[in-house]
Amino acid sequence: MNFREFLKNNIVIFDGGLGTLLQKQGLKAGEHPETWNISHAGIVQKIHTDYFNAGSNIVNTNTFGANKLNFASDELETIIKAAVENVKIARDNCVANQPKFIALDIGPTGKLLKPFGDFDFEEAVEVFAETVKLGVKYGVDLIYIETMSDSYETKAAVLAAKENCDLPIIASNAYGEDGKLMTGASPEAMVAMLEGLGVDAIGANCSLGPKQLRPIVDKLLKCSSLPVMLKPNAGLPKIIDGKTVYDINVDEFADEVLSAINSGVRIVGGCCGTTPEYIRKVSQKTIGAKPIDIKEKNITCVSSYTHVVEFGKQPILIGERINPTGKKRFKQALVEHDIDYILNEGINQQEKGVHILDVNVGLPEIDEPELLKTAVCELQAIINLPLQIDTSDIKAMESALRVYNGKAMINSVNGKQESMHSVFPLVKKYGGLVVALTLDENGIPSTAEGRVKIAEKILKTAENYGISKKDIIFDTLAMTISADTSAPIATLGSMREIRERLGCNTSLGVSNISFGLPNRDFVNSVFYASALENGLSAAIMNPYSLEMMKTYYAYRAIHNLDSNCADYIVFASGVEISENKAVSVTNKADENYNSDLQKAIIKGLKELSGEITSELIKAHNPLDIVTDEIIPALDIVGKGFEKKEVYLPQLLMSAEAAKSAFEIIKSNMQTVSKNDKATVVIATVKGDIHDIGKNIVKLLLENYGFNVIDLGKDVSPDAILKTVVENNAPLVGLSALMTTTVPAMEETVKLIKEKAPYCKTVVGGAVLTEDYARKIGADKYAKDAMETVRYAEEICR
Amino acid sequence: MNDCVLVKSYPYPPVNQKEILRYSGCKNSTDELCLLIEKCTSESCNKLVFKVCYREFNITVENDVVDFGFMKVPSSDLCKNLCKCNKAIVFCATVGIELDRLIKKYERIAPSKAIMLHAFGSERVEALCDAFCDDIKAEYDNFNINCCTRFSPGYGDFDIKFQKDIFRALEISKNIGVSLNKNLFMTPSKSVTAIIGLKEK
Repeated sequence: MNFREFLKNNIVIFDGGLGTLLQKQGLKAGEHPETWNISHAGIVQKIHTDYFNAGSNIVNTNTFGANKLNFASDELETIIKAAVENVKIARDNCVANQPKFIALDIGPTGKLLKPFGDFDFEEAVEVFAETVKLGVKYGVDLIYIETMSDSYETKAAVLAAKENCDLPIIASNAYGEDGKLMTGASPEAMVAMLEGLGVDAIGANCSLGPKQLRPIVDKLLKCSSLPVMLKPNAGLPKIIDGKTVYDINVDEFADEVLSAINSGVRIVGGCCGTTPEYIRKVSQKTIGAKPIDIKEKNITCVSSYTHVVEFGKQPILIGERINPTGKKRFKQALVEHDIDYILNEGINQQEKGVHILDVNVGLPEIDEPELLKTAVCELQAIINLPLQIDTSDIKAMESALRVYNGKAMINSVNGKQESMHSVFPLVKKYGGLVVALTLDENGIPSTAEGRVKIAEKILKTAENYGISKKDIIFDTLAMTISADTSAPIATLGSMREIRERLGCNTSLGVSNISFGLPNRDFVNSVFYASALENGLSAAIMNPYSLEMMKTYYAYRAIHNLDSNCADYIVFASGVEISENKAVSVTNKADENYNSDLQKAIIKGLKELSGEITSELIKAHNPLDIVTDEIIPALDIVGKGFEKKEVYLPQLLMSAEAAKSAFEIIKSNMQTVSKNDKATVVIATVKGDIHDIGKNIVKLLLENYGFNVIDLGKDVSPDAILKTVVENNAPLVGLSALMTTTVPAMEETVKLIKEKAPYCKTVVGGAVLTEDYARKIGADKYAKDAMETVRYAEEICR
Repeated sequence: MNDCVLVKSYPYPPVNQKEILRYSGCKNSTDELCLLIEKCTSESCNKLVFKVCYREFNITVENDVVDFGFMKVPSSDLCKNLCKCNKAIVFCATVGIELDRLIKKYERIAPSKAIMLHAFGSERVEALCDAFCDDIKAEYDNFNINCCTRFSPGYGDFDIKFQKDIFRALEISKNIGVSLNKNLFMTPSKSVTAIIGLKEK
């Protein structure tokens, strides 16, 4: 019988702890247990045999850390071969006759993935793939991915397994006392992601005892449509008389495990501190225990690296602002690869209360697969909202889905054969909730029935790909009433039918309804309310629109979806304040400052600077505001900093205040012209991943009107040179924080001197000194950001 | 003696605002700086964890080399620190990854906050180390054992490369989620590894 068959109708018993037993046999701290597969094969085989004899159906190979980060490739192969052989021998030696399987054990690498660590996602997939291939080669029956404390690394391991074998996969995570993974994922988020990736069972292991893991397992059971595994430690370790003792004995452990089985857990075993005795007891107590049927949970949801957003219970808001359509400033940001601008849009929408961010970076002149991937990575590094990958470029869709840390929303598929056959395989492989537009080769049907028919066709095709209807969300297409006032009938009619008869969730790009009309918000918000009444689950909308937000909060309040109207009250009272607040601008604020704006900038008041500038710009020339107000204020702060009367955080607060004034000015200028000042290229050099110093320099240079091209961190000398040449830049700024990366800085300086001698180099960073800078041939050492600005002004004037 | 790695979680240690100012490079406080600190602390306080993993090791200190069993450290400064000790606690403390996320967020959109969050994180992890060391001191006091001042890789001539051995011996990544990158930097960045020498009174 293969494992998948066995799992269908049986309680599965795993083995127990291995590391703790090897330590008792003399494994030292810091020693790789995997080497014992060869050096102490007898001991390893004995433990495996004891587990099989105790009743285990699955015994793990001793390969927790067997990967190419820890071992050279020929050594790795020898170790995995021996590890599988050891379990095979144990299976042959076992006297008990239960069905027996060998699992390839895969633990975390101990490295953290980018952006916080330095381990690349694809590199991680490759490391796991190597181990999987060897395990498969030597004949394991299933893959056991365990003790993962990071959702992203879990995804890398599962992808590696899926891409290199068809064996069953059990994916199990180590949850902390707070009920989450160390990098923040909830059990529900892990289920959403892992079900989407197509594993065979989902579990919790290690870190805690069965009592503490129980609430976590209950959460898994509640939302998982797959078998759930529990493999806890023997309680928590305590030191008694100088010896480590786990605080749960064999009987208590088995009782806890049995109770979990009675609640629906299908696979059980032990982790640290458990021994064959624990497993024997579990196996005795569970004789005759009936496995509980696993029900399809039908939860429509998406997830981020922390949490899930579920559809159908509460109206969901999907922020539409990360999209260049009709936005000049956004297009400019995309062309200039200004990721910060995209991030700001994300952060602002999150603050407005959206649940999901739509991400669309499609412009004809850009490399969309690369930019969409970058945008997804950057957004998910700092914003914990689930993302909606919005693209018609299949390559871009795949590159973004692959690196997405969770279960993404995908926008979109439609009823055309070509669309379904290119999008569904990606949904099947990476998981996701896909928005399905009710149109096909014949266009958009004008009737509700026509759109519902297409929806049915889409569901059928999805089913053939193994995608269930919970993972399809229909968009019945809002069309502008300025062209046809009867258009909403089909949109709303098909929406209601899809919701009620087909039982699917729905989503809508609400604002299309008012295209071509004045004051579109008035129409949008009323249409949004009608759509909600007709069963709309999620709206793609503009969260900066007060009318839309009013509708959202009011709708929830009157439909018993906002208990005590709590959210409504917070929202509505906030609106009152902002509507009543007017900024009065005077020319002389108080004696110490020349004007209100200068005061706001010098004091570092970001919001106020923006507000004052918005007022000023109504009556003043934008460039006058820059030269008469902003630059003088910055100079006062800059001089204070040089005299050590103002400290770095204050300098930065002023710079940020000035930046917010600049943003207002930029967006109010008729054409966004390139600055008249020179271009400065800045980068943190190859091998170095620190960029706060460089970001500070960037901010100040921008304040002083320079056109800054920021290449980011870990940038190769060639890439820097290329940008310098392309932009004919007179100055390049290089940053390095670590001594180990100064040679890369030297190499970059040399290359620029040789190939672009017109370009000056200014260097800075924690490890640099005036002397050092001279030695590596740089034109200038700047001890801080202000000095860089002064130098830039000197040479670019 | 504990022969396995233990993990402890601590409640939020009291905040020392002067230390935060010091770490951020500010000599004096102003209203705006206080407000900035207040914003940073209130935004991050419920995102921090205070976790320590540690284990006791028998050590020998001889000829300017300390032998921990799992690593031999040639360092006269460490030897001075561990003089007359025959045991030592090796530990790692962290305030978790969420602070790094916040710092990363504000590095891009408000570097002043990022700088202050950095300072806050440094103050927090040091406060955690203090709380842990106080605990250890009280515990060993019962056995008539004195604890030395904590000493970290990178202090004096204690080479930072020994981070690798410490990380393996304590299984730090698995136990409290701190990992070491190629350049021996720790993530979460606000983490500390250190050694506390133990000697009989």
